[in-house]
Amino acid sequence: MSQTLLQKVWDAHTVRKLPNGQTQLFVGLHLIHEVTTPQAFDMLRARGWRVRFPERTIGTVDHIVPTRDQRRPFLDVMAEDMFAALERNCRDEGIRLFDMSTGSQGIVHVIGPEMGLTQPGMTIACGDSHTSTHGALGAVAFGIGTSQVRDVLASQCLAMDPLRVRRIRVRGRLARGVYAKDVILEIIRRLGVNGGVGYAYEYAGDTIERMSMDERMTICNMSIEGGARVGYVNPDQATFDYLRGRRFAPAGDDFEKACRWWSHMASDANAGYDDEVELDAAAIGPTVTWGINPGQSVYVDEPLPNPVSAQGAERAAIDEALDFMGLTAGSRIRGTRIDVAFVGSCTNGRLSDLREAAKVIRGRHVAPHVRALVVPGSQPVRLAAEREGLDRVFIEAGFDWRGAGCSMCLAMNPDKLEGREICASSSNRNFKGRQGSPTGRTLLMSPAMVAAAAVAGEVVDIREFANGD
Amino acid sequence: MAIEKISQVHGRALPVRGDNVDTDRIIPARFLRSITFEGLEAHLFEDDRKQLQAAGQHHPLDESRYRGASILLTNANFGCGSSREHAPQAIRRHGIRAVIGESFSEIFFGNSVALGMPCVTADATTMAALMQTVESQPETDVAVDLNQMTVTAGETTYRIALPGAARESFLDGTWDATGLLLDRFEDVEAVAARLPYVAGWR
Repeated sequence: MSQTLLQKVWDAHTVRKLPNGQTQLFVGLHLIHEVTTPQAFDMLRARGWRVRFPERTIGTVDHIVPTRDQRRPFLDVMAEDMFAALERNCRDEGIRLFDMSTGSQGIVHVIGPEMGLTQPGMTIACGDSHTSTHGALGAVAFGIGTSQVRDVLASQCLAMDPLRVRRIRVRGRLARGVYAKDVILEIIRRLGVNGGVGYAYEYAGDTIERMSMDERMTICNMSIEGGARVGYVNPDQATFDYLRGRRFAPAGDDFEKACRWWSHMASDANAGYDDEVELDAAAIGPTVTWGINPGQSVYVDEPLPNPVSAQGAERAAIDEALDFMGLTAGSRIRGTRIDVAFVGSCTNGRLSDLREAAKVIRGRHVAPHVRALVVPGSQPVRLAAEREGLDRVFIEAGFDWRGAGCSMCLAMNPDKLEGREICASSSNRNFKGRQGSPTGRTLLMSPAMVAAAAVAGEVVDIREFANGD
Repeated sequence: MAIEKISQVHGRALPVRGDNVDTDRIIPARFLRSITFEGLEAHLFEDDRKQLQAAGQHHPLDESRYRGASILLTNANFGCGSSREHAPQAIRRHGIRAVIGESFSEIFFGNSVALGMPCVTADATTMAALMQTVESQPETDVAVDLNQMTVTAGETTYRIALPGAARESFLDGTWDATGLLLDRFEDVEAVAARLPYVAGWR
């Protein structure tokens, strides 16, 4: 019978049906970090349990690490406590930890694929909603809470409700100046921030198939912003080429055997879907969010919505967002003055993202009133960028060149907005207060658009911004 | 692990109006810088509360008429965004024992089940009626009944919904899943032994 990847992976990892009707699902890879796990280890100890498959859990530190000075102990005592707790827990339970001394530290969703830990056909869980990123390699990956982290530590399993599958087919060529980030922002805008609740999103179509693994990660990363806990792309030759030779990927004869299994786990050509959506890639423009959730976006040359033309809850939502953002209904987002430019995060903190941003700023300078920073997603991303001389390009243009971490995506470290500052950001969430100042404002966009905004000092249309290509 | 069966929750209600109330708003990230969940309730909706205060208004949480509420009322897609369990932890530690809304984010919903805090849904019309009742008569006793799948506010009873598995978990007292997941560990090992990336490539 024809099946989707989700169904195949689900079946292969099903332990049993639980009495309440949920599925007990085996978790193939458990990724942990310092923020959502200390309480889980405490709960485990309180019940006298140990980690049952310590080799299937991998730790790193990302949310709380300062990006300017990463020497230990951290100046922030609370951050140091969290890091120390993670170290202690990993040591006590025999869990491998990739901290700064390993050269492999970074945002958990950047290092998993980078080291080849993330592989097609796996189930992956992590106490972080952007775990959907790993679906780019054909894994079924999803975010969980701390009590569920405890469940995975104790049993390597989760009690899960079944998911439906929506295939989102994107077809055609992307226009110049339009990136994977614009595609996922378009999907969220079209289907809504809660349109994906109960669904796994399968991203398909020739546009997605032509994308690099980095681009697919950007797409899958923001599935959760559309309400879908899981997003994936079927594994193909690009996936296999990406994995070959990576540290934890199968090697030698095993690699060929693995490729066969991975291919077999992909959705069958005539698999049935619970829902299907099609998108014309060529119609998508460079996208910028104007509101307080990632579904509130416009093309850079499109007018902002007017609450007068909306009804009820929708109207209230537009009013609230425009009021918080200090933007005017019907005006253009282009020309909005920015204070901060941030390139980084698990959405857009990979080498290819840094390259795109560097292309735009090469030979230019950040506007005098803008504070600009580039935060590589991992230590290897930083090193690779430095080998290409990207650090010089950024520094000469007036960007801060930082150490790896989550940085200004969520403000659990010293990188934060101040007061009502507006940030052009390559991250994933524009919620009120997300970037550390309760009144701070976030405009989500692609890394190239962030770089162009940094130079211009305001939101610009990347298509009108002659670039070094 | 002591099993607590949850079939009914009742008490005063706290209306928090709005769609897409995200977990950054429920508990801002700076309060996650801790290795425990203790004290989180003090910062529940902190930024929203402060901003309303600055504007001379009050968040429902700061209105004395809702003090001691054990049921939170909200609208659509409550708890979206970050997977932080700190959000339902802060709500529960504040004294809330059930949430009624139009819909919930999946991760928030699952986290709440694991804490024994049912998140039940009702349609927009029902939510509007419930909120209106509670706002005009905050002393109204609101009773959620998971056996009958109803909520009663004063004299009026409305239908609520909750996915079957979660409902079973509350009624059976199996909402804390770990014990259940460890019950037949040989089955877990058997699945691991069948997976080529665990057992070895063949």
